[in-house]
Amino acid sequence: MSDIKKIKDDYLNKLNNDLNIESLNQIKTELFGKNGKISNYFKKLGSLPTDERKKFASDLNSIKNELQVKIDSKLQEIETKEINSKLENEKIDVTLPEREFGRGKIHPVSQVIDEISSIFSEIGFSVEEGPDIENEHYNFTALNTPDNHPARDMHDTFYLDNNKELLLRTHTSPVQVRTMLNGKPPFKIIAPGRTYRSDSDQTHSPMFHQVEGLHIDKDINMGHLKGCLNYFIKSFFEVDKIKMRFRPSHFPFTEPSAEVDIGYEIKDGKIVIGEGDKWLEILGCGMVHPNVLKNVKVNPDKYQGYAFGIGIDRLGMLKYGINDLRAFFETDYRWLNHFGFDPLDVPSNYRGLSR
Amino acid sequence: MKFTIGWLKEHLDTQKKDNELIEKLTDIGLEVESFENLSSGLDSFKVAKIINAEQHPNADRLRICDVDIGLDDTVKVVCGAPNAKKDLLTIYAGPGSIIPKNNMKLSVSKIRGVTSYGMLCSESELNLSNESEGITELPTVKYSDKIGKNFFKSNTEKVVDLSITPNRPDCLGVRGIARDLAAAGVGRLKKILLKNIKKNASQKIKVSITKDKNQGCTVFGSCLIEGVTNKESPQWLKEKIISLGQKPISAIVDITNYVMLDLNRPLHAYDADKIDKEIIVRNSKMGETFEALDNKEYKLNDDMCVISDKSGVLGLGGIIGGTRSGTEINTKNILLESAYFIPRSIRKTSKLLNIDTDAKFRFERGIDPQSIELGLSKAAELISEICGGKISNFDIQQTGKHEKNKIKFNISLFEKITGFKINDNDIIKILTDLGFEVTKKKLELDLKIPTWRPDITQPIDIVEEIVRIKGYENIETLQPEKTKIKDTLNAQQKLFHFLQRSVASKGYFETVTWSFTDSKINKLFKENLKEIKIVNPISSDLDVMRNSIFTNLTFYLKKNLDRGFKDISLFEIGPIFKGSKPGEQLTVIGAIKSGKISRLNWNEKDRIVDVFDVKRDVIQTLVEAGYDRQSFFVRDKSPSYYHPGKSGSVYLDKDETDPVAYFGEIHPNILKKLDIKTEGLVGFEIYMDYLRENKTKLKDLKTNFEYSDYQKSERDFAFVVDKNFKAQDLIEIISSIDKNLIRSIKIFDIYEGENIPQDKKSIALNVTIQSSEKTLEESDLEKINKLIISTVETKSGAKIRS
Repeated sequence: MSDIKKIKDDYLNKLNNDLNIESLNQIKTELFGKNGKISNYFKKLGSLPTDERKKFASDLNSIKNELQVKIDSKLQEIETKEINSKLENEKIDVTLPEREFGRGKIHPVSQVIDEISSIFSEIGFSVEEGPDIENEHYNFTALNTPDNHPARDMHDTFYLDNNKELLLRTHTSPVQVRTMLNGKPPFKIIAPGRTYRSDSDQTHSPMFHQVEGLHIDKDINMGHLKGCLNYFIKSFFEVDKIKMRFRPSHFPFTEPSAEVDIGYEIKDGKIVIGEGDKWLEILGCGMVHPNVLKNVKVNPDKYQGYAFGIGIDRLGMLKYGINDLRAFFETDYRWLNHFGFDPLDVPSNYRGLSR
Repeated sequence: MKFTIGWLKEHLDTQKKDNELIEKLTDIGLEVESFENLSSGLDSFKVAKIINAEQHPNADRLRICDVDIGLDDTVKVVCGAPNAKKDLLTIYAGPGSIIPKNNMKLSVSKIRGVTSYGMLCSESELNLSNESEGITELPTVKYSDKIGKNFFKSNTEKVVDLSITPNRPDCLGVRGIARDLAAAGVGRLKKILLKNIKKNASQKIKVSITKDKNQGCTVFGSCLIEGVTNKESPQWLKEKIISLGQKPISAIVDITNYVMLDLNRPLHAYDADKIDKEIIVRNSKMGETFEALDNKEYKLNDDMCVISDKSGVLGLGGIIGGTRSGTEINTKNILLESAYFIPRSIRKTSKLLNIDTDAKFRFERGIDPQSIELGLSKAAELISEICGGKISNFDIQQTGKHEKNKIKFNISLFEKITGFKINDNDIIKILTDLGFEVTKKKLELDLKIPTWRPDITQPIDIVEEIVRIKGYENIETLQPEKTKIKDTLNAQQKLFHFLQRSVASKGYFETVTWSFTDSKINKLFKENLKEIKIVNPISSDLDVMRNSIFTNLTFYLKKNLDRGFKDISLFEIGPIFKGSKPGEQLTVIGAIKSGKISRLNWNEKDRIVDVFDVKRDVIQTLVEAGYDRQSFFVRDKSPSYYHPGKSGSVYLDKDETDPVAYFGEIHPNILKKLDIKTEGLVGFEIYMDYLRENKTKLKDLKTNFEYSDYQKSERDFAFVVDKNFKAQDLIEIISSIDKNLIRSIKIFDIYEGENIPQDKKSIALNVTIQSSEKTLEESDLEKINKLIISTVETKSGAKIRS
């Protein structure tokens, strides 16, 4: 008995010393290895008389446990120490730049189109599209702008043939015509897309974007038109109130026609929409002309409604403070980076148009 | 359309302030472009006296003048006029002045080394006359005590500039504007007072309108005035003409212009002595020529409406007169023309000859055919007042009558269209004030349309008249209804938006470029597509519709490289054109990537962009869009603008005929031709139209969740195959051995060189094997192992590498 107590004391002493993992393993082997000191006592257990055996076994087990616990805690201590000393050597400069992550950008025109679609989706409009190359019938004649109409001069048209039959659409209104010819009323659509006019300066470019809107049903009147545009402008500019003015104007394909101005002011050199006493013209609209309805086989005595056309690029310029229209199409990497949007910023009804 | 408030008030009796009138104009659809004080800017022109004039040391023709402008000190002005002499009274414009003739703003400037403070003005520079030979000479008697005073009378007259829509020719005259304002309730339209002029002489020049087919003239009124003295217009008339930004010419011309601006009644004055016998209004014959007042000679086609005499064409009716019969300052006898020309005919002729004149602008919009006599009376009255002369009776030739058109207007239509109601009497008053003759019949109005309103042809036009005069602010703002007729986006549109953001999320900047491009660049990318020329391009380097997205992308890539950027990723989603008919277009995503990955990076080695960068982007984009990677098939065919050995095409399925995408390195020849300097340029294109609609909705994808918890095993193989044997085929052979057990195959090494025959390569791959039914035993694994080796060896001719 005293033998094993001595072994215990000896080893507890040893374990109190400063050890490394190898010497600890050595101790473990000496005690509990195949021929370890403690192991050997366990082997001898069988040869002891029954009355002694029980007591000895109990003492041996308790000593074994005591040593085992000590070894485990020593092991922990050594491991912690080793990790700690390793960590000390592993210090890096975390202020070095991270790995690059190249996220691209969405062009403002695309972002604005998505915003517009999202807003009109909320009030039941669907999106229609049409070809960029049109014939003069869909672009003009069907829209109550016959060949000898002076309004044609207001569109500086690009032609693709000498007979002036084929052209680049000067507005997205031909989509109205195509949609109505291919379907039956009611119609409730917007048609965003590229449009072309032979014009170039700070506020005009030979290609630009328009969104056309059309709502035809049995009893759609100018009050609905006003309500729809009021809702749209408020939502688009993300303001609660908007000052809006409908002015009589003239477009061959609508009657009565209106141009819409919104109030604005200049604050700290930036344009603020919705307040102030200045007016900014932003769109043209009106009740679809009965001649247009007749041209697309819709009975104007039964159906009526409104149409509008808005410059998409211009809306984007106003909302996001972009000054030069031509820059939209010049692919300057710096401009795209600055005015472009993160592709994760998808405008939607439930999470809002923008952050 | 410009006019002064004073002029407006000659027709409109009103107590309203200017601003109220201006606001009202906009409210009723006559959009005010600008409203300015006429005098602004003109008070910087001073009466001045040249005290001394010396020769400029460095220029023979220039003089340095000391000019007294009424201040303590004189100013030095360098002047080139030969008449700039000592003691001359003239007009001085200081720095900051804007010269009326050319809108040039003066500044202090050095002229041949001598500083000049301002300028001495000629009459033509001030739009006073055409005299441009020297500086203005003011009479000493009148001006000697006015040195330093403003030359122009301080004029508080305000000029309004309206932009008149093409449907409102009546408002191209001041009277029409006054009528609209009166109807809108801001005043009363005055009666036109004509003096009772004596018309005792006879109109001796015979006028006839031929009965040609499509005759462009229906009425030709004329009046002969004999014994006139043409001269400069009196001050009031000059001022009127100048106030609208036009130039006074001579009394006769100014009077015809005045009547046109006042009543929108274009007139033409001929020198009667230059007319050969008679006036014949007829269609032109091919090849006829005449010299117009713009000093150009025009060669005419058949069937243009001309005014002619016995010797030939005098002018194009309603468009432009000719030099042969023009009035001059010494003209004695004039023939005044007041006619009606059909808008369609005017438009056709002026388009063909490319002539744009004030008269043409008005006639093509529609002139009141019943204003013929009024115009003659007004002009004759003024001419006889200013120039004297005997007035003949009016000769009116016409081929048809211009009656007032009639419309039946159902009153209820107003509310149906506008959504609000106004009472019948208001409607009747508005229409009457606008010149309609109204007869009420229960629920309807019988309307006679005034002849100056050619735009009004049907009931909807009447609605517009009433609502614009009543005011658009009366229209209610109705809450939009949220009912949906169909989905906002169709499948193709959803895909468009998805792909757009998917590509952007891979590091590409979206751009939007013209749908047209430079034919020289387009040629490099057009393949076998037809070149689509624009007849009237905005510039010669944007002369064709693009056949490929790459034309503009490479062009702008170069611009950005020139700006100093190196590592550029750009994409555009938009149309390319296959033909010039509507619908012959495809929607394509084009993306390009230049330079290096990880350039100047402290912890990653940089490398030049390569094919597998764009292949990853194109494949991943398609996968994100919901297409099954497992069935993709890649071929090494691609358009000729890609590097022939480093590009490919992607098919959604092995059996598809059209590839949905291309990817690869851009052909080095193209870089050379476009002078693009970059370490590497790769790109891809996705053809949206060839992407079939993906019918698998998310809800279908998510239904069956199957997985295996049994142990996975991995085995590595290396096969030696022919050099041009495709990895894709090897993978397909292995994966089709047992689709249930072989879960994934990864190629981890391609080796050519030592220990491998020259025409061979080694492909090393790792195969993951897992059963969904049990843990595989060593013997099962050995079996599949052997099967893989034997199948690959038989099917591909490969040898397992040991």
